Amino acid sequence: MRFIPASVFALLLFVLTGCGEENLTVLRPKGTGSNISFDMMMLSISIMIIVFIVVAVIYTYVIIKYRKRRGEEDIIPEQVEGNSTLEIIWTAIPILLLTILAIPTVLATFTLAAEEPKEDEEVLKIQVTAYQYWWDFNYPDLGFNTAQDLYIPVGEKVYFELTSKDVIHSFWIPSLSGKMDTNPGLKNTMWIEAKEPGVYKGKCAELCGPSHALMDFKVIALEKDEFEAWANKMKNAQPKPKTEVAKAGEEIFKQNCISCHAVAGEGGNIGPNLTDFGNRKTLAGFIDMTDEKIAQWIKDPQSLKPANNMPAFKDQLSDEEVDALVEYLKSLKVN
Amino acid sequence: MATHTEKLALSHKQRSGLWDWLTTVDHKKIGIMYFVAGLFFFIVAGLEAILIRIQLMFPEFDFVSAQTFNELVTMHGTTMLFLAAMPIFFGLMNAIVPLQIGARDVAFPFLNSLGFWLFLFGGILLNLSWFLGGAPDAGWTAYAPLSTEYSASHGLDFYALGLQISGFGTLMAGINFLVTIINMRAPGMSFMRMPMFTWTTFVTSALILFAFPPLTIGFFLLMFDRLFGSNFFVADAGGNVIIWEHIFWIFGHPEVYILILPAFGILSEVIPTFAKKRLFGYSAMVFATALIAFLGFMVWAHHMFTTGLGPIANSIFSVATMTIAIPTGVKIFNWLFTMWGGQIRFPTANLFAVAFIPSFLIGGMTGVMLSVAPADYQYHDTYFVVAHFHYVILGGSVFGIFAGIYFWWPRMFNKMLNETLGKWHFWLFFIGYHLTFFPMHFLGLMGMPRRVFTFLEGQQLELGNFISSIGSYLMGLGTIVFAINIVVSMAKKEVAAYDPWDGRTIDWAIPIPTPSYNFAQLPLVKGLDAFWIEKMNGNKTMTPAEPLDDIHMPNGSILPVIMALLLSVAALGFIYDSLFFAIGGLAAFFFCMILRSVIDDHGYYIKKEELAPVVDKGGKA
Amino acid sequence: MSAHQSSTLPQHPEKATLEGRNKFLGLWFFLAGETALFATLFGVYLGLRNSNAGGPTAQELFSLPLVFVMTIILLVSSMTSVLAIMAMRRKDMKGLLRWFIVTVILGLAFLGLEIYEFIEYTHEGHQFTKSAFASAFYTLLGTHGAHVAFGCGWITTLVIRNFNRPLDTYIAPKFYLASLYWHFIDVVWIFIFSLVYLLGVIG
Repeated sequence: MRFIPASVFALLLFVLTGCGEENLTVLRPKGTGSNISFDMMMLSISIMIIVFIVVAVIYTYVIIKYRKRRGEEDIIPEQVEGNSTLEIIWTAIPILLLTILAIPTVLATFTLAAEEPKEDEEVLKIQVTAYQYWWDFNYPDLGFNTAQDLYIPVGEKVYFELTSKDVIHSFWIPSLSGKMDTNPGLKNTMWIEAKEPGVYKGKCAELCGPSHALMDFKVIALEKDEFEAWANKMKNAQPKPKTEVAKAGEEIFKQNCISCHAVAGEGGNIGPNLTDFGNRKTLAGFIDMTDEKIAQWIKDPQSLKPANNMPAFKDQLSDEEVDALVEYLKSLKVN
Repeated sequence: MATHTEKLALSHKQRSGLWDWLTTVDHKKIGIMYFVAGLFFFIVAGLEAILIRIQLMFPEFDFVSAQTFNELVTMHGTTMLFLAAMPIFFGLMNAIVPLQIGARDVAFPFLNSLGFWLFLFGGILLNLSWFLGGAPDAGWTAYAPLSTEYSASHGLDFYALGLQISGFGTLMAGINFLVTIINMRAPGMSFMRMPMFTWTTFVTSALILFAFPPLTIGFFLLMFDRLFGSNFFVADAGGNVIIWEHIFWIFGHPEVYILILPAFGILSEVIPTFAKKRLFGYSAMVFATALIAFLGFMVWAHHMFTTGLGPIANSIFSVATMTIAIPTGVKIFNWLFTMWGGQIRFPTANLFAVAFIPSFLIGGMTGVMLSVAPADYQYHDTYFVVAHFHYVILGGSVFGIFAGIYFWWPRMFNKMLNETLGKWHFWLFFIGYHLTFFPMHFLGLMGMPRRVFTFLEGQQLELGNFISSIGSYLMGLGTIVFAINIVVSMAKKEVAAYDPWDGRTIDWAIPIPTPSYNFAQLPLVKGLDAFWIEKMNGNKTMTPAEPLDDIHMPNGSILPVIMALLLSVAALGFIYDSLFFAIGGLAAFFFCMILRSVIDDHGYYIKKEELAPVVDKGGKA
Repeated sequence: MSAHQSSTLPQHPEKATLEGRNKFLGLWFFLAGETALFATLFGVYLGLRNSNAGGPTAQELFSLPLVFVMTIILLVSSMTSVLAIMAMRRKDMKGLLRWFIVTVILGLAFLGLEIYEFIEYTHEGHQFTKSAFASAFYTLLGTHGAHVAFGCGWITTLVIRNFNRPLDTYIAPKFYLASLYWHFIDVVWIFIFSLVYLLGVIG
């Protein structure tokens, strides 16, 4: 009967060794930080499995061997008070095991801690500001903002400053690094280093309201030269709507949207920066980039992302105007 | 002529039905009321869990809205911890601890009643939010400023005020048990002869005494920011949101030890009883309990590893957290060695107790894994943590509760619970529990954060969530079987036999049904497992420590119900901006305190002729 | 469990019954919980004491002479409560009542001065809703003040109720507990004086 739970575990383990989605799962780390975290996980689970096996063996033995059998109703076992030697053993060995765990833990904690980059150090600095329910990324030394899709160079430590403009959120890119909370009125720091190029999934990891589950973002790690090319294009971005419809869309944008959304350095910062919107992997962090969805977003953002702060435009803009906007927005590409 | 005369009145009039229950100060009845209320809230919170799992059964499902989902997760956690688990433990403590120490009631019977009614009204107040504009929706942890400036409905006002009122009740219960256990043990019962359940009640009460006041302050700060415009958590006015986190977790971590220590105590009663052996390493167990409680106050910031406290703080709290594994491990081994060499029987109570060990162990393992700050940077706020705490709370506290319920049912309700239904309950619940929570470890590791009302397709999270939901339905079925068991067993006429489990402690040495005064004569305690000692010497009952005499009993009172009601009315006044009800309610509450102080209450006496059964000096019933 | 008349009153009437001993221990535990309560409030205050958000700072605000007078008043009131209990030991019910009445009067004087102090501060821009420092200040001191007020009400109730009754083992614990409580809120005030006012002025 006891073997039922064991076989359930085995089954689950078998079934779940999928390990998860590439570029999202913690179990296939692609960054320096996530590798350190992973190593610590493996160390701790190895030690714990030793403990589990010891306990499981004694447990299984005891409940089988000392089960009262038929006809033994009146046997009164020896009333053992205890055993000091055993108490010492099962105190000392766990202390030893935990010491083996504690020392690397402290070392890894300090390794992962962020130090303010020195004056002469050439470090890319990115300022992350979390909002309900989107992410703003500012590159202060490069002179531009972007949102939702975070570009970083591969193979170097990028230094992050994190804060929030409203509630507490948490900045998490499982493949690359452990998370760091973004606290309103305060600044946190961390560094991230991606080891290989790719598009990594980011998540908000602190309950921040109804759309907490939908506050995804992407991290695009590029080789250094590609990153610098991208950064250059971002700095010098100019919207260039080509078609008539897109140009009409640009006019509508300037009348209705620019107070909240900046493009190429012009506009408000109440909503996400839209400079490279056309190249975004997703809409609003998690939605497929189709014309229908972009139009739906503009008309009724809450229908896609409950309780988000963008007003609905379905009563202010006609369908044609919205379509023009969509054209314009899709044309916003830096390359 | 004298102001303080003994009231040699005849036995007080037997109060009838509802009025008896409303005015009782009898610890046994209060225990039953805590238990029934706790069980009710357990079912409410369980339903909330089922709704959560239905929503998460499929990706991008829309069974409930995002807002409703956030309310469900908040209320599920809040209700389970504050209104189900703790009250059920209080129910067992109330019903059993005075009997275990050979006392006739707790030190403060009136306060005991007041504590219960405050808990109940606070819990009702909190749940009223469902019907009055929406339940709280910021998680049971209510981080600011989501819980202060960014939560529009009154839900969080009900949260702060309802739990505040309940919390006062909890504090009263804690003080009550501390004084009872120190001052009212039967002759011969030194501290090191107390049953383990009493020990864990004692240590838990100390935890409550020191952990709940910070929470009280936290709720006041929350209330002041929400209702009175203070700036504790308003960054623009100099406030600091991290202060809430510190205050909450300085309470929150000891709270989880408040939830597990009573279960440890129950295990230390059930396992020895059904193995027919005394508890192995009693002194070590007592010491380990105290050490766990002490260390429990030193580790709160392991809930804040990603808050940005810095590597020094994170390292200290990592290592401190790891140390708690040591006394906990000591306990597990001592239970195993209690069973070693025993004659183990497996009624349902012992099924839950024995299943506790591997289940809680897994939870403890993931606890040590979580204590590693660099690893926690990944685990924090993901389903890995959800898996961990459900493993320890369900596999620990809830299994302990079920073990205690099946064990002490005859003591509390004079009947036995049905064993066949009990086994169905156990297996459905046990299998469901592992199915629900084991996959969650992986979901967290695969990138699924907590408190998400849905998850996206194509992220490989579908299978784990599906299995988890199925498991939750099994647990629901198991709970239904348990409810049926209660109904079926209570409908039977058969009264349980005296000492049905061949118990070891003096709470089993009392006749069933339990007399209102517990002990006709206070027992003489000759050692640990005092009843067992008597039985090994050929006695069926305890040796009395005093001659038969009139027994002094406390009077009942309706004031506790009224006071709890008035405080709730005041709370509603604050929530809905009615100065009249807010101040009026408070004033009336204080007036009741004055009444309690100025009205003399000397109790009454049960005459020795009325005591039954009559016990002669030989100590045989 | 039976009460004694004045002539046969034990030396420590407040602990002569089980009920008295329970109440004594119970109040000490309650005070331990209150210590945790005030410790939390102090923690909050110390964390926010420099967050004046443009409003007046502690250094600009605090009037040490007034606070000094308030401190003396409260300390003396603690002493008079001791005198009351000493009267109880001498089985002098009238003395007990008299000294407790003085204690309450001093407590009320303390509260009056504190209210005056707060009103002055609000006129200088130090308002509960204006900064985190102010919120923390008024909450800490207000909680202490509320405890003083509760203590005054408690002792007044006891005095009025027992004005014409002889001292016995039922009444004695009630007065003893009130005096313990009163000492506690005096100790809390010493911490407030040190950690709020002195620390605020010295920086």
